[in-house]
Amino acid sequence: MDSLDDYQIPYGVMAEFDTPADAMHAAEKVRDAGFERWDVHTPFPVHGMDEAMGLGNSKVGWFTFCCGLCGFFGGMLMIWFMNAYDYGIPVGGKPNFSPFASFPVAYEMTILSGAFGSLFGMLFLNRLPRLHHPLLKNMRFADVTHDKFFVVIEADDPKYEEDEIRALLKKAGSKHIELVTE
Amino acid sequence: MANSLPSSVKVSPPPIEMERPALVENNRSIGWISDTVAGVIENKTPGWWKITIGLSMLVSLGLPIGLIYLISTGVGVWGLNHPVAWGWAIVNFVWWIGIGHAGTLISAILFLLRQKWRTSINRASEAMTIFAVMCAGIFPAVHVGRIWFDWWLFPLPNANSIWPQFRSPLLWDVFAVSTYFTVSVLFWYMGLIPDLATMRDRFRKVASKVIEPAAKFRNKIAQFLYGLFSLGWTGSNRHWRNYEKAYLLLAGLSTPLVLSVHSIVSFDFAVSQLPGWHTTIFPPYFVAGAVFGGFAMVMTLMIPLVSLYKGLDEIVTVRHLEVMSKVILVTGSIVGYAYGMEFFIAYYGGNPYELYAFKNRAFGDMNWSYWWMISCNVLAPQFFWFKWCRTTPWFIWVICGFVNIGMWMERFVIVVTSLHNDFMPGNWGYYSPSWVDMMTYFGTFGFFMTLFLLFCRLLPLIAISEVKGVTPQADPHHPMGGAKH
Repeated sequence: MDSLDDYQIPYGVMAEFDTPADAMHAAEKVRDAGFERWDVHTPFPVHGMDEAMGLGNSKVGWFTFCCGLCGFFGGMLMIWFMNAYDYGIPVGGKPNFSPFASFPVAYEMTILSGAFGSLFGMLFLNRLPRLHHPLLKNMRFADVTHDKFFVVIEADDPKYEEDEIRALLKKAGSKHIELVTE
Repeated sequence: MANSLPSSVKVSPPPIEMERPALVENNRSIGWISDTVAGVIENKTPGWWKITIGLSMLVSLGLPIGLIYLISTGVGVWGLNHPVAWGWAIVNFVWWIGIGHAGTLISAILFLLRQKWRTSINRASEAMTIFAVMCAGIFPAVHVGRIWFDWWLFPLPNANSIWPQFRSPLLWDVFAVSTYFTVSVLFWYMGLIPDLATMRDRFRKVASKVIEPAAKFRNKIAQFLYGLFSLGWTGSNRHWRNYEKAYLLLAGLSTPLVLSVHSIVSFDFAVSQLPGWHTTIFPPYFVAGAVFGGFAMVMTLMIPLVSLYKGLDEIVTVRHLEVMSKVILVTGSIVGYAYGMEFFIAYYGGNPYELYAFKNRAFGDMNWSYWWMISCNVLAPQFFWFKWCRTTPWFIWVICGFVNIGMWMERFVIVVTSLHNDFMPGNWGYYSPSWVDMMTYFGTFGFFMTLFLLFCRLLPLIAISEVKGVTPQADPHHPMGGAKH
């Protein structure tokens, strides 16, 4: 088994922090050093971390908006097709299609598709589900859903240089730094 | 903010009486929160849980017995007849669906209003919503009589080439309730993803210490299932960013949804021409009533749970109960106002049938239901003006019991008393439920409690990551979160 370890591909350097403030300050340093493929892993969303990592606004809203719009017009179209075009139901000489009577159903369809758009848009943007991840094999990383904070810089990063990264994260205050393999 | 001020300016902290009490008591660490909530799942099954689930499953047998007898025989086995053609089934449907609304109010509306205390109760209330909507859905599905034609309610192509009639509020209801159920499940599941990952990692951490074969097998199954449903969550901040946005959007979508669902339920009545039903006040009055009854059910479930599971009383504190009691007081008063306004409009509207319907509610054959409703819904919550009443769990629990009864009576008053004496004395009658009505209704209680107890045992019943997020230890700008100023 020992010989196999020599062939393992590095995934990245992982540094553990005890408090959200420490992780956030480390993230600011990593951001300023100009890394691209890196991430901070936390047990809960830390406020201010997006700015510390230099991330912009999330794009989930576009999925919600487009799906919601499709839901509304899809609902209206469905009702028009069913009650006015395919099998008209004339009632008291009124028009077969009314946007007002159709509104409640189209409204519910808007929310239904918008909700699907939000959840699946979020999963798509996060590239989830992903049932295998190098970090999830690491026992120390299991505390990420408990009470520890991790900064991970991936080996794919163009500026990846293990020793320099170790020094940077140590200076940022991490007490445990290790190399994670694929 | 403090950084931007010149050092000569001193900002004093707010006076002690202005400071809000911590949401999690005793300054517990964030690790303690996951240990306590996950402990409910990991520890040995408590004796009371086994007894309660046994009883619940026994009671839930009423549901298949009542339904099989009904379906094999016909709706005549219920107490329905001319003139009361909508009885307990519709009362129960509106009651259960109303209960669900509190869960969505807590998870969505209170989220938009930045009410951080909601984090400790939102998971359990959302579960309550889903189970309550499941119970609610049974009734309209079976009350149609020939339930094998239920699929005609959905816009599916059929051999007769006839589509549903989209001008009927009853059809709007189909869309409203099914959307409500689906969106509630999506919202609930999304909230669960990080906590399922917590459970996955906890079982993984102890895996090497488990020796006994049966326990090893259980550990493997738990790791597999929690792992599968947590979708590979790693707590990445790039993920949290999209996650929080999606959460906000789902809250923003659920808010108009929950208001529309009970409005559409009220259209089932309000769009008809019947005195007592044909009222424009119904949508807001139904929504307030739903929140009122739902909060009562949340407390009915949470108060015993919190006292039975050690440590949870530090997460769901007396402060939470007090705030919910205030919500009950407010919504109860809105409902009381609506009862009064209905009477005023019946008098002021000048319609003799409308006035008769309301006099008949309060003083007619079925006045017992009306006065039960008034005492439970309008009078009982008035105790919550007093601080002792809002902060004593057993007392809150008793009042919430009355509110649950009162809200059922309200739907009974609306459905049955409006029907039993209509325009002509030749159409007058009385209504009594049959044993099948009762078995089905009590069966739904068993079904609901069984699902809720299973939820408590198998899933984190408090949103772990959300509660962690509202503690000072989670705030990178707070000294307890590691900030050094």
